[in-house]
Amino acid sequence: MAQAPNTPAAGRGKKLELPEHLKCYKHVWVFIELEHGRVHPVSWELLTEGRKLATALDVDLAGVVLGPAGEGTDQAVAETFHYGADRVYLIEDPLLENYRTDPFTKALTDLVNTHKPEVMLLGATTLGRDLAGAVATTLATGLTADCTELAIDPNRNLAATRPTFGGSLLCTIMTQQARPQMATVRPRVMAMGEPDRARSGEVVRERLDMAEEQIVTKVLDFIPDADTNQAQLAYADIVVAGGLGLQKPENIRLVKELAEVLGAEYGCSRPLIQKGWMTADRQIGQTGKTIRPRLYIAAGISGAIQHRVGSEGADRILAINTDPNAPIFDFAHHGIVGDALQILPALTEAFRNRLSVDRLAG
Amino acid sequence: MTQREHFDAIVVGAGPAGNSAALTMAREGLNVLQIERGEYPGAKNVQGAILYADALEKLIPDFRDSAPLERHVIEQRMWMLDDESFVGTNYRSDRFNEQRPNRYTIIRAQFDKWFSGKVKEAGALVICETTVTGLLRDKRGRVIGVATDRDQGEVTADVVVLADGVNALVGSRAGLRKELTPRDVALGVKETIFMPREVIDARFNLKGKEGVVIEAAGSVTAGMAGTAFLYTNGESVSIGVGCLISDFAESEVRPYYLLERFKAHPAIAPLIEGGEVKEYAAHMLPEGGYNAIPQLYGDGWVVAGDAAQMLNAIHREGSNLAMTSGRIAGETIAAAKAKGKPMTASTLKAYKRALDDSFLMKDLKKYRRLPKVLHDNKHFFTDYPRLLTHAAETMLRVDGVAKRDKEKAVMGSFRSERGLRGLASDVLKMSRAWR
Amino acid sequence: MSQGLNMVVCIKQVPDSAQIRVHPVTNTIMRQGVPTIINPYDLYALEAALALRDKMGGTVTVLTMGPPMASTALRKALGHGADRAILLSDRFFAGADTLATSYALTAAIRKVGETTPVDIVFTGKQTIDGDTAQVGPGIARRMELNQLTYVSAIPAIDREAGEITVHRRAEGGVQVLKTKLPCLITMLEATNELRRGSMPDMLRAERADIETWNAEAAGVEDIGKCGMKGSPTKVSKVFAPQPRAEKAAMIEGDTAQAKALSALDVLTTADPKLIQVIARQTAAA
Ligand SMILES: Cc1cc2nc3c(=O)[nH]c(=O)nc-3n(C[C@H](O)[C@H](O)[C@H](O)COP(=O)(O)OP(=O)(O)OC[C@H]3O[C@@H](n4cnc5c(N)ncnc54)[C@H](O)[C@@H]3O)c2cc1C
Ligand SMILES: Cc1cc2nc3c(=O)[nH]c(=O)nc-3n(C[C@H](O)[C@H](O)[C@H](O)COP(=O)(O)OP(=O)(O)OC[C@H]3O[C@@H](n4cnc5c(N)ncnc54)[C@H](O)[C@@H]3O)c2cc1C
Ligand SMILES: Nc1ncnc2c1ncn2[C@@H]1O[C@H](COP(=O)(O)O)[C@@H](O)[C@H]1O
Repeated sequence: MAQAPNTPAAGRGKKLELPEHLKCYKHVWVFIELEHGRVHPVSWELLTEGRKLATALDVDLAGVVLGPAGEGTDQAVAETFHYGADRVYLIEDPLLENYRTDPFTKALTDLVNTHKPEVMLLGATTLGRDLAGAVATTLATGLTADCTELAIDPNRNLAATRPTFGGSLLCTIMTQQARPQMATVRPRVMAMGEPDRARSGEVVRERLDMAEEQIVTKVLDFIPDADTNQAQLAYADIVVAGGLGLQKPENIRLVKELAEVLGAEYGCSRPLIQKGWMTADRQIGQTGKTIRPRLYIAAGISGAIQHRVGSEGADRILAINTDPNAPIFDFAHHGIVGDALQILPALTEAFRNRLSVDRLAG
Repeated sequence: MTQREHFDAIVVGAGPAGNSAALTMAREGLNVLQIERGEYPGAKNVQGAILYADALEKLIPDFRDSAPLERHVIEQRMWMLDDESFVGTNYRSDRFNEQRPNRYTIIRAQFDKWFSGKVKEAGALVICETTVTGLLRDKRGRVIGVATDRDQGEVTADVVVLADGVNALVGSRAGLRKELTPRDVALGVKETIFMPREVIDARFNLKGKEGVVIEAAGSVTAGMAGTAFLYTNGESVSIGVGCLISDFAESEVRPYYLLERFKAHPAIAPLIEGGEVKEYAAHMLPEGGYNAIPQLYGDGWVVAGDAAQMLNAIHREGSNLAMTSGRIAGETIAAAKAKGKPMTASTLKAYKRALDDSFLMKDLKKYRRLPKVLHDNKHFFTDYPRLLTHAAETMLRVDGVAKRDKEKAVMGSFRSERGLRGLASDVLKMSRAWR
Repeated sequence: MSQGLNMVVCIKQVPDSAQIRVHPVTNTIMRQGVPTIINPYDLYALEAALALRDKMGGTVTVLTMGPPMASTALRKALGHGADRAILLSDRFFAGADTLATSYALTAAIRKVGETTPVDIVFTGKQTIDGDTAQVGPGIARRMELNQLTYVSAIPAIDREAGEITVHRRAEGGVQVLKTKLPCLITMLEATNELRRGSMPDMLRAERADIETWNAEAAGVEDIGKCGMKGSPTKVSKVFAPQPRAEKAAMIEGDTAQAKALSALDVLTTADPKLIQVIARQTAAA
């Protein structure tokens, strides 16, 4: 994205006409992130969002599936239709088994150059960001990262809105004179629609003209995260998190105990990571995970803007803080002014009792 | 061991005292190393404050052209508060809108950084994020340099200027002075509250770069010796309360509680309503006055600013005394260097002599009894504000009571609270302390 | 003995975003008095380079594109032990987006490589102001360097074979990748701790002359690809987030237990399926 300017009116007044050779770029594409036979859910979120853009532009919505021939890829193609795509661009090649920058960049750039989409969305995951950066540079087009809102402006441009300056501001960015207009979106920022299992569509197959010898980088190994909880935080239904208000590392226990009773994931604010009280994958916020749970319980967290941007997508937020003026009460739905060290165990107890009563009642 | 670098002078600390000393010496061509523990000069000195032009003018005559100055002060309000009301005086004058105003509000973090820029321009080497952990001495006990918390961290110099602020840890650890006592230090807590310029202008009746200072005493300090203040900056106000540490310890009142009370006072709350608290800082002030000033020089060292307890608590002057003492220290050292004299105690004695001749020591001497009087006579902070505000209310309320009876009632209230003898002795104590 | 590694670390000076405020009346960013820092993510890149230098020998050059005051960031990096610092500064670079930034940085890195070829270019994972994580991949593409993003460790370098092995954070695990030098590495956060420089480092840093290159000195070929001109993306609008309409509804109670019970009530009333969801979750676990 461009350097955010000082003033809100940085966009220069002049309306830019799209160069002639770019006028043939049409349709909205979503890159379907397929790895180890599984599609990253952010892709479905993006298809749901991409459908809105395609409707606004009155064009088609397509998914791009890159992977080795096989069941996983077939499944991905089918699901891409279920989640709303009209068409799938598919390249099947053994070189696309494990993610590597070179073959994926080549595959995607070639597809773009042949089929010319006007908008292309990718998940802002480690894979998506690696790929998007390489592809955008190769195509010399604009890329807006980590968008929180996408819209089509009256001139048919993609208006991509994203937080800037640590989330204290939002800015809207446009790519007026290059195509495709690329954007990445973090997991859980956009809502996922319901799949329609009956849906299907057209598959356009292309080939990857590349041999293993041309790829310098080799994948020696893939070490899955031993801690299977790792990737779950972003997709958890309930999240309990603690902040510096917990005061001592021992008190993390109180968060974990409540999380356990609720079958929830636990997380924290950034200072706890910096102090080494929790592992980095549990950080919630701008530089950590974005969460979108049904219920978020935040204990001893002040609610700094960087934390807020990662958590306010929750359906319901309960905040516990000793300070009635803590900023977290500005965006939480329910608040308890009190000592987290007492409230957390009391909540654990209350929920435990309630659940066992329910269980007894059947 | 690797070679230690040698300098003409090392300055510990990059507050106003250290910056003034380093600037003065660097300008005279000395090879100066200044060491600051903060991330940058001013990083640890976050508060807004009052800057007195005079002391800075002596160092940087055209400072007004480039220094980050918030507002110049055209009005001073002095308030005595009880819980619901205040009596006070205001002095506001258009004459303060002069070409070269005398007092400014500043934000220390920005000001210190700017000041440090001048020090660097003058040729001193300034390194930050480095804490001086001790003094190096030779066999005869002369100070010959400093140790720091970095690898290969020792550096030597002909003379070390200690300008490390109120804690003066470097000097006390090295046994150059006594440890501070809680009665000699006050704790100030302070917040910067952001408000748009237009709002400040409207609420305080200001235009352009005009500013206001409010000094307040009374019930806000919950019976402790101390004062509260509010300064207008460009786009924020600085608001704070300070009391002696010994009093905080005795009363077990939390400093932050006092500040919250002050902010909630009916005379203050409307002034800051809707503001956003930007930062909160606690900092100590040396308030022991003249009697607490330690030994100021020795073989290979001098001490300046807050580290030397140079603060005039009554007039809330600190940075100017720091700048003045720093400048004089620098001048003394540069003069000795020019004459090729060794940096011994007998050479550096000239620093003390020059200080004694300046307004600085004269002022501190004048108020030497005040800290004790205030500490020992808490009613100055409790009874009098209450009596005065009640007196004002009695006199102002038009309720059919004859004015003469009102006067009687007021005098009676003073007498019964403090007793005639008490009143007389209070007057005497204050006047002697002020002399 | 084989030759040491020639490394370039790209760092950026950024405003400390935690301290940025939005003016409530004009809705503009108030930068006045906001301290600048080295982009925190770049510190991991710097340390990774310094550690490799300690192990393998070589030099670490820090490079930044920015206004003259960005030299502060470079000086700081020298104080941490970097060997050389280059400031890329020219009014033509102003207003650059990531594409234009990577173009200018690429020119400068090529220039550095003219005397001794560059083996590794390091960048941070992302910046905290731009926050795009694109400049690294951009440089890699332009220079045709092997691109290694989100690197958490560099377990091996074989100088003779010109090979490097890294751990790369991927979704759900760690990829172990082996590739050839020269390469570009974007370093993941929290993978190391930046060393404090020694006193001699600090003194050297304070005295150093920061080399300043304009577009010409950096060998930039096409000014049109720099700065605002070379940036396909344009910021059309900057605005403050909407505050939520109402504040949290406070749950009262005399004791922690009482508050917890009312909270349970409030939550289950607001979301009647909550207990069911919990039961399902705990049953699954
Ligand atoms: C570039 C950048 C990126 C950042 N990214 C993130 C991010 O992704 N995620 C993130 O979280 N932060 C992030 N931060 C940090 C963020 O600015 C805040 O510093 C951080 O969120 C504060 O954490 P906290 O609320 O735990 O601590 P604090 O702000 O110290 O708050 C502690 C809170 O606990 C309350 N409290 C104290 N005692 C108790 C008690 N006994 N019971 C209940 N409450 C109590 C206090 O009233 C206070 O509100 C980032 C900062 C920067 C500069
Ligand atoms: C709340 C409050 C309000 C005030 N208001 C005013 C006012 O309005 N006007 C006014 O004139 N004065 C005011 N003062 C007083 C004024 O701030 C001080 O008198 C002045 O800052 C003293 O300057 P100094 O250079 O001696 O010490 P400092 O400003 O404290 O500077 C000392 C420096 O040394 C550094 N340092 C300390 N130890 C080490 C070490 N071991 N190694 C390296 N560096 C070290 C510190 O980080 C610091 O930067 C106020 C003080 C307070 C607390
Ligand atoms: N102006 C710049 N100068 C030097 N390096 C930069 C600059 N901008 C970005 N970088 C590097 O590129 C990385 C990613 O930046 P970004 O794409 O803006 O998130 C940063 O961590 C830096 O290492």
